[in-house]
Amino acid sequence: MHVLIVFIEILVLFAVVMLHVAYATYFERKIIGHMQVRLGPMQQGWHGLLQPIADGIKSFFKEDIVPAQADVLPFRAAPIICLTAMMAALAVLPFASGWVLADINIGLLFIFAMSSLASYGVILAGWATNSKYTFLGGLRSMAQVVSYEISFGLSLVGVMMLSGSLNLSKIVEAQGSSFGGMYLFPQIIAFFVFCVAMLAETNRVPFDLPEAETELVSGYCTEYSGMRYAMFFMAEYIGMMVMASIGTICFLGGWNGPFEVAFFPPFWFVFKIYIFMFVFIWIRATMPRYRYDQLMDIGWKLLIPLSLVNIVLTGIVKAFVG
Amino acid sequence: MESMEIAKRLQAQFPDEVLDAYEHQGQRAVIVSGEKIVDILRWLRDDSLMDFKHLMSLCAVDNIKRMEDGLLRFEIVYNLYSINKKHSIRIRAQVREADHSIDTVTTLWTGADWLERECYDLMGITFIGHPDMRRILLPDDWEGHPLRKEYPLKGKEEWIGLTKIIEKAEELRQYSFGYKKPKESTKSSESSELTDKQGND
Amino acid sequence: MTRPISKTINVPVADGDGDRYTLRMGPQHPATHGVLRVDLELDGETILKCTPHVGYLHRGFEKLAEHRTYAQSLILTDRLDYIAAMSNNVGYCVAVEKLLGVSCPMRAKYIRTIVGEMSRLCSHLLWLATHALDIGAMTVFLYCFREREILLDLFEKLCGARLTFSYTRIGGVRQDVTADFMSELQRFVDIFPSKVSDYETLIDTNRIWLKRTVGIGVLSADEALSLGLTGACLRGSGVDYDIRKHRPYDAYDQVDFEVPIGADGDIYARYRCRMEEMLQSNKILQQCIDQLPPGPIFNDDAPDLVMPMQGERKIEADTTTYGSGLIKFIDEHGSHPVGDVYVSTEVPKGELGFYFISDGSGHPYRMHIRSPSFIHIGAIPYLAEGGFIADLIANIGTLDVVLGECDR
Repeated sequence: MHVLIVFIEILVLFAVVMLHVAYATYFERKIIGHMQVRLGPMQQGWHGLLQPIADGIKSFFKEDIVPAQADVLPFRAAPIICLTAMMAALAVLPFASGWVLADINIGLLFIFAMSSLASYGVILAGWATNSKYTFLGGLRSMAQVVSYEISFGLSLVGVMMLSGSLNLSKIVEAQGSSFGGMYLFPQIIAFFVFCVAMLAETNRVPFDLPEAETELVSGYCTEYSGMRYAMFFMAEYIGMMVMASIGTICFLGGWNGPFEVAFFPPFWFVFKIYIFMFVFIWIRATMPRYRYDQLMDIGWKLLIPLSLVNIVLTGIVKAFVG
Repeated sequence: MESMEIAKRLQAQFPDEVLDAYEHQGQRAVIVSGEKIVDILRWLRDDSLMDFKHLMSLCAVDNIKRMEDGLLRFEIVYNLYSINKKHSIRIRAQVREADHSIDTVTTLWTGADWLERECYDLMGITFIGHPDMRRILLPDDWEGHPLRKEYPLKGKEEWIGLTKIIEKAEELRQYSFGYKKPKESTKSSESSELTDKQGND
Repeated sequence: MTRPISKTINVPVADGDGDRYTLRMGPQHPATHGVLRVDLELDGETILKCTPHVGYLHRGFEKLAEHRTYAQSLILTDRLDYIAAMSNNVGYCVAVEKLLGVSCPMRAKYIRTIVGEMSRLCSHLLWLATHALDIGAMTVFLYCFREREILLDLFEKLCGARLTFSYTRIGGVRQDVTADFMSELQRFVDIFPSKVSDYETLIDTNRIWLKRTVGIGVLSADEALSLGLTGACLRGSGVDYDIRKHRPYDAYDQVDFEVPIGADGDIYARYRCRMEEMLQSNKILQQCIDQLPPGPIFNDDAPDLVMPMQGERKIEADTTTYGSGLIKFIDEHGSHPVGDVYVSTEVPKGELGFYFISDGSGHPYRMHIRSPSFIHIGAIPYLAEGGFIADLIANIGTLDVVLGECDR
């Protein structure tokens, strides 16, 4: 019976998240559209509201092309790895007090593990397609994830030190419900590092080198089509949501807000996630793209030292004050 | 400097090379023999009074229909301009008859590289000392040099590569949407239809 | 580049010795601005050798022109730089007028200056759009297209076409401007500087933009001259060479404008040059609007294809004993003059030169087109070798090439 309940919970979470992913694409297209003096999708439904569904149906029925020279098994597996890893990360996210699928004590570590695992999908895709552009995209992604995973992890060490836990619910509870309790203020350096690393981890502009359209013709997913391409797409958006959730949980006080929304406890959590998503999209509409070596420079020469400094500072303050 | 003056100085510098000089619509041209073209152009580029640093254009001309002017079959026309002195001159260098070759000026202007390759491609003039004398605009297996006067505007035969492309397109048609495998009898007529269409294009 | 078909993961990209591999960019690559193919030899992301291949769009214009009359070849020039077709029209007509000794009335000269500058704006806007998109800034792309759309609408209003205009004629222009056109142009000229500052707020001091452009693709003045670069590419390296100033044609000697000169010779300097040029073009447009003189828009002794469009001309065409302008021209001049000229004009991409030889037959004996794009593409290896793939993309963008013009 317990298993059945968990199963239903998983299904509900899956359905809700997929709906959000679908409408995150709509959200992005509309916002970028309006920022770029155009309208975005307008044809399907009222103001294009059915566009994500149309897209989904279209990509579901498109032909699944496997290049003749590709290694079939990894080629087929890569998008599934990506999507599964990202979906698994959702399990430990506390959407509200008690609204969590698996309240495990190493939640943060689990999310790190899953987001690194997702990059295997990207690398495999680049490798197995057996094409030069995808290969370059895969290599870029590998280098990028390896360098930014470090600063990404280190930036959250300060949060762990302050809250004394890796359990995401505990981190939120440690921040309390007051505005000043948010770790955004004591961990402002870490928040900066986190934001930059977050963009790089999710391959978003200005760090979208693995799929740089004008250089690598969309990189690792060049040869993908139909549903498998859509899976990469979904993985990217779930990745964005997971990253935004971590930001919300670790720095912005999770589900706590200025007042309680009784009928829908995760209201503030979702609200904060969408603020993050908006910033993601805003940056995409504004920034050019970094070059590969400049990206590495920022990762190794700026972000890692900064996050190390932050750890030391947090340690000192904690030793003397608390 | 007056264009007349430039031509005179050039004549004084290279008395054996300069064959003729004339003016049309205010533009002065000097006809020279192609033997020492690199020396002439180097002098024009480096001499402080001349200072022709900018090679505006380099092209080949087929003279076969105006040989009565005492010209050789081919000539290379260099249009030079001095950005500092704001004067220009045209050098028409006659290409050796024997093997249609002339010395390269890529040693003077790096940018002459592609211009000379174009002359080779379209007019069939070989540039001695050029680093990379290949066809540039036309495919490598093209026959003939189109800008020569005897080359027809429309040939009788298609380029050999076109048949290959058509064959390839025919082969790939089976992957197109809604493709039905044609019966043997209709297939030949369809392919000839396609060939005609491509040929007219 | 044949590779054995294998179902196992082999080293997928090693052609030849271990570390190096070749990458064929184009002719269908999104950043090569048409059908340019660049064969790259790479070590990781560093370009060891770069070989551009052109000719996919070769249509033999120079051969074709030898079999057409001067007026018939005009439409070929539309297909050179199809982004700024009007500039090519102007350049061609200026060259033929010089060759045949035909003059052009002042009003037509001003109109040509207007359309030339409008197409310079068109071309620079498209350059900025694609250059920014190549470097990853997507919004600038759409902002530029917004203004380009206004210009194309204006062109449509002027001559009915948006891409291939064939608007100018030897000895004049096809149609007179309307008051409606002039007032809309005035409205565009008024708003355009504020739009340029819009683009500048997005990228001008953007740190990433600076990182991608400053100190990349550096060419010294001597190198740029030796490579034969012209236009903003040459001026970005600090050489003051603008044909509009050096050998003024049309109404450029009547208007007051500055030629922006860069100093560093890098991508950013060229970018700044073109941005300033846009503002200067705007200034020229304003002056042309103010100074546009009345009068005829084509010359009576223009050789052929001058249609009796205007009322005045129509009466004259009826009363004259000549059937067409060509017969009248031949009758007056004996024949077409014999000789050769090289006339170049400052098109948005650089120096567009036409070298004509006339043998008096009414067809050019030889027409050579000195197209800036052809020479600029030849310079790509010098800019790209030793750099990264991402820099190659930026370099192709900064040279501002159009393959229709390159391949002719």
